[in-house]
Parts: sequence; C-alpha cells; structure tokens
Amino acid sequence: MAILRPAGEFDTGYARDMATIRRPWQWWLLLAFILALYTLPFYAGQSLVSLVNRIGITIIAVQGLNLLTGYTGQISLGQAAFMTTGGYISALLVNNLGWSFFAALPVAAMGAGIVGLLFGLPSLRVKGFYLVMATLAAQFIIPWFTRNAFPDVLNGAQGLNVQVPILLGLEFNRPQRYIYITLTVLILTTIVAHNVSRSRLGRAFVAIRDNDLAAEVLGVNLFKHKLQAFFLAAVYAGVAGALAAHNIRHLNSETFNLTDSVFYLGMLVVGGLGSSLGPIFGAIIVELLIEGATLFGPFFIRTFPSTAAGAVQALRPLFFGTALMLFLIFEPRGLAHRWYLLKAAWRLRPFSH
Amino acid sequence: MTTDGIQLRVDDVSLSFAGISALLYVTLEARQGEILAIIGPNGAGKTSMLNCINNFYRPDKGRIIFEGHDLTRMPAHRIAQLGIARTFQNIALYTGLSTLDNLMAARHIHMRAGFVQSLLYWGPAHREDVAHRQVVEEIIDFLEIEHIRKAIVGTLPYGLRKRVELGRALAMEPRLLLLDEPMTGMNQEEKEDMARFILDIHERHGKTILLIEHDMGLVMDIADRIVVLDFGLKIAEGTPGEIRHNEAVIRAYLGEEMTE
Repeated sequence: MAILRPAGEFDTGYARDMATIRRPWQWWLLLAFILALYTLPFYAGQSLVSLVNRIGITIIAVQGLNLLTGYTGQISLGQAAFMTTGGYISALLVNNLGWSFFAALPVAAMGAGIVGLLFGLPSLRVKGFYLVMATLAAQFIIPWFTRNAFPDVLNGAQGLNVQVPILLGLEFNRPQRYIYITLTVLILTTIVAHNVSRSRLGRAFVAIRDNDLAAEVLGVNLFKHKLQAFFLAAVYAGVAGALAAHNIRHLNSETFNLTDSVFYLGMLVVGGLGSSLGPIFGAIIVELLIEGATLFGPFFIRTFPSTAAGAVQALRPLFFGTALMLFLIFEPRGLAHRWYLLKAAWRLRPFSH
Repeated sequence: MTTDGIQLRVDDVSLSFAGISALLYVTLEARQGEILAIIGPNGAGKTSMLNCINNFYRPDKGRIIFEGHDLTRMPAHRIAQLGIARTFQNIALYTGLSTLDNLMAARHIHMRAGFVQSLLYWGPAHREDVAHRQVVEEIIDFLEIEHIRKAIVGTLPYGLRKRVELGRALAMEPRLLLLDEPMTGMNQEEKEDMARFILDIHERHGKTILLIEHDMGLVMDIADRIVVLDFGLKIAEGTPGEIRHNEAVIRAYLGEEMTE
C-alpha cells in the first residue's frame, strides 16, 4: 500500500518526507488530545480516570511486547513475568531502602531488562513455537522465585504492600493523581517505541522478523539485535510493572500472571503487530471489552439467575477470545491497518481508486 | 587487496550433506572487476557454492579467501561487512517493509547509530538517516523503481521484487556482488532489463560480479569468464567462446552420445 499524501502537499526534502507529524494542525490536534488526557481528573469521574490509568499502564507493557514480537518477530509469553520483576525491584527499593519511586523506576526498568536479556538467550538457537516455550519458562520461574526465595524480604506468596509514590510532598495515592505519572511515562515510552520503529535499530529488527537469513547476509548481527529486542521489551515491562505495583499498592507472584501475558499478545493482534499505533489501539479496545464484560455481568446474572456467579468470570475470556478470533479472521493486521486504510480512503474521497 | 587482481579465491572446497557431495575440490577465482558466471545443470552445486561464500554452509575442506580474509571461519554478518552482497534464487526480501525501507535496511552496515542513538532518534540518528536516504534514492533512480518507492514489497509483482532485491544488494555498496539466478522466471523483456542493469553496475562501478544463471544466451553475452560445475565438480573454466565449444560442457548439458 503506497502512502498517500493529501492533494497539494509536496515534500521538499527527505527529512520532511520522513516526518511523522506533517502538518501544523496535526500538532495542534495531538496537543489538544494530550491536554484532554491530562485534565481528565477535572471533568471525569473516578472510575473513568482509574480506567484510563490502567489502560495507560497496559499500553506500556504491550508497546514493549510489540518491539519484541511485532517488530523483531520473537513471540514471547513472558511479558507479565518481567512486569513482576520490575514491580518487585521498585517495591523493594522504595519500601526497604527508602528510595524515591522516581529513582526506583529506571532501576526497576534496567533490572527487568537484564532479566529479560537472560531469558532472551535461547532465541539464538530456537524460533517460533520453541521460543514461546522458552519464554513461558520465565513466566513460571520468576513467580516461583518471588514465592520461595528470600522469604524475609519478598514475603513469599503473601507478597508486598507497596508504598505510593511521593514527589515534593505530594502523594500519588489516588487515580486522579497517579494518572499524571502514567501519562508522562506513556508519552516517553510512545516516543521511544516510535523512534525504534523508524531508526536503524528498528529496520534491523524487522529484517530479522521478515527474513533472518537474508538479514544475516546483509550484515545484521542476529544475536545482538535479538537480545536488544528482548532487553527493550523487558525494560518496558519493568516500567509497566513498577507503575502498576505502586498504583494498586500490592504485589505478589500472581499480580501479573500468564493470563496477562496471553492478553498482551492478544491486544497486539487486535491492535496490529509491528505498528506504533497497534499497542495503543489494542490495549484500549481489549481493556474496554473487559470493562464491558464487567458491566455486562449484573445484567447477565439477572437474565440467567440460575447460572452461578462464576459464569460472569467466564465472560471476560469469552469476550476476549471472541474478539481475538474475529480479528484473526477479518483483520489479522489489526486496527492500526484498518486505520491506515481509513485514512487512505478519506484522502481518495470521493474517488475510491 | 591482493596484487594479482584476484579478489575472491575459492581454494579446493568440498562440501557434503550426509555423505552426498555437493561440492568436490572446487577451486575458482574471481578477478577484480570481472563478471564471472557459474553455470551447470540443476543440482550441480552452484547455489551451494554461494552459500559457502556467505558461510551458510561451512565447507568440509578448503578455504575461501576474500581480499585476504578467510571467510570459512567468519559469521555471515561479518562477511557482509567485508563488502560481499547477495541476491537469492527465491527472493529473500523483507516483505513487510517498503522498497525504500528494504534498501535503507541494507545500509545497516554503513550506518553508525547505536542502540541509544536509535532510541533517541533526533540528532545524529536522524541526520544519518537523511544522508543515507540520499544514497538509497540514487539506487532507486538507477533501477527505475521510483514509482514503487513506498510500496510494501510483499505486494509487488515478481519481476519488480527481483529488481528491488538487486537494489537492496547495491545499497550495501559491495565490492563483490553475488547474484543467484537474477533472471529466473522473468519474461524476455524483464531479462533484458536485468541484464542491462547488471552490465551498468559493472561498467559504472567496476564491481566484481559472481553470477549464477541458467539462460545460456544471456550468460554468454554478459560474462567475462565462465566456470562450469557438474555434480559438484568443476568441469570447465574459460571465456564464453571457449566454454561454447568445450566437450565436457556439451556432454554435461546434452548427455553422452550412445554411439560405440
């Protein structure tokens, strides 16, 4: 699909041709959108703010997975495990060593990144399904570690109570405040993820995904770049894990679990693998679906009173699974692709070709 | 570079798969700036030869020397950095990327932006991208693929994909270009276009080209020298004129006469 330019818009240099945001009004629109998000606590209720906050954190985790799975083509089921890693590192630094959350966050990200690097090592030898198995190992080993190792520090299966972040005396103890941390971090992670996608690094990633043999012949060091992708994915997971842990203020081995890892992959499919917008679309849609399932629950119980309340629990995976199947059948390239098609159609209007 | 003008020396290389010999004691030399064609019937070991040069296959015996470097102990990505580029028989493009990005991806070995610079993008990485875009655009111009610059290569027709793959190899600015059947599956017009591009590359940039091709007429027209393989053995070597009349070659291609 060729990229279409609106009529009358011509590029006068390569830098301009390569720009992501191309026209002043697009900048204004973006600024307005960000402003609307930042001012959300002033005009929206707690539940909406809390939902946006949660979605923001999820987007970060999925962005990381997108760098690894979407761009580099290395499927991973370990994202939640690296979130656990990041969450625990940050929680321990803040709780036990009295660090500021804002100092602990980058350390947690790096720590998770290094652990991710270790679990990325098998990617040199195995691909596809077998690599999924290897990353699945992370999903079992890391929670097991938090349950069983150093019980006096990690507090076993009970887990930790996590302190709220404090900045200059301001406690980020409510979603209305926490959302500022989430949004700021999210903007940074979005910019970095987009930069990766358009840089030398991102092209090397995609080269590995699309044809690893050719990539090698063209001078791409497979091992180095695969590990960089694993590192980045885990750094993103570490950030998301730390943000989530301090948001919900509790953390144990099950806070981020295998189901989450699977959901993140699903979000990526729904949103669009290998696109900067994919994680954003995917996380929003799937989180809204889950929210919808929760809202739908009471109605479901009233309509079918005989079914146990447990059936309501089944609604979430049901909604998610259905959405995933529909996407795989009708739009395997995800919402991001649909969005590009929509833009193209708009530019061609009223002529369809 | 060696003084005798020999850029690539394949020295006594043997390769076998589970006892079946793909290459047997093959020795060949590519001289600086020539078009050397490797021909032979199917299964003669032509592609295996290229795969040994790329070190996809590690020869059981023998050495491959490129400008003084022994390639047989070198990882594939290092060989690319030495200046060897390649196209594939079955096209191995990055199907999800545009033509432009495929060529930009091939600039990988010439670009310096590291991990952190790529994450930040603005500044050095961006300037570098723009500078390399210039080089890539010249190649796009040369191969006359401007109109598909931003098309995803997976959606392109076969002939164009072959051309993009040649462009990708050129974007590496190699000193030695390995072309594995660049004209297979093309119609006469596309073949002639491709032959013209290969000759242009050769004349303009003086690159050494190692070419595998089945179309005998084209090989005879464009190659400076020809090496003939049959069942992993080198059976002949010489100029097109010599090969045309070589007994062993005619036997390999047409079979033995059954007259006693």
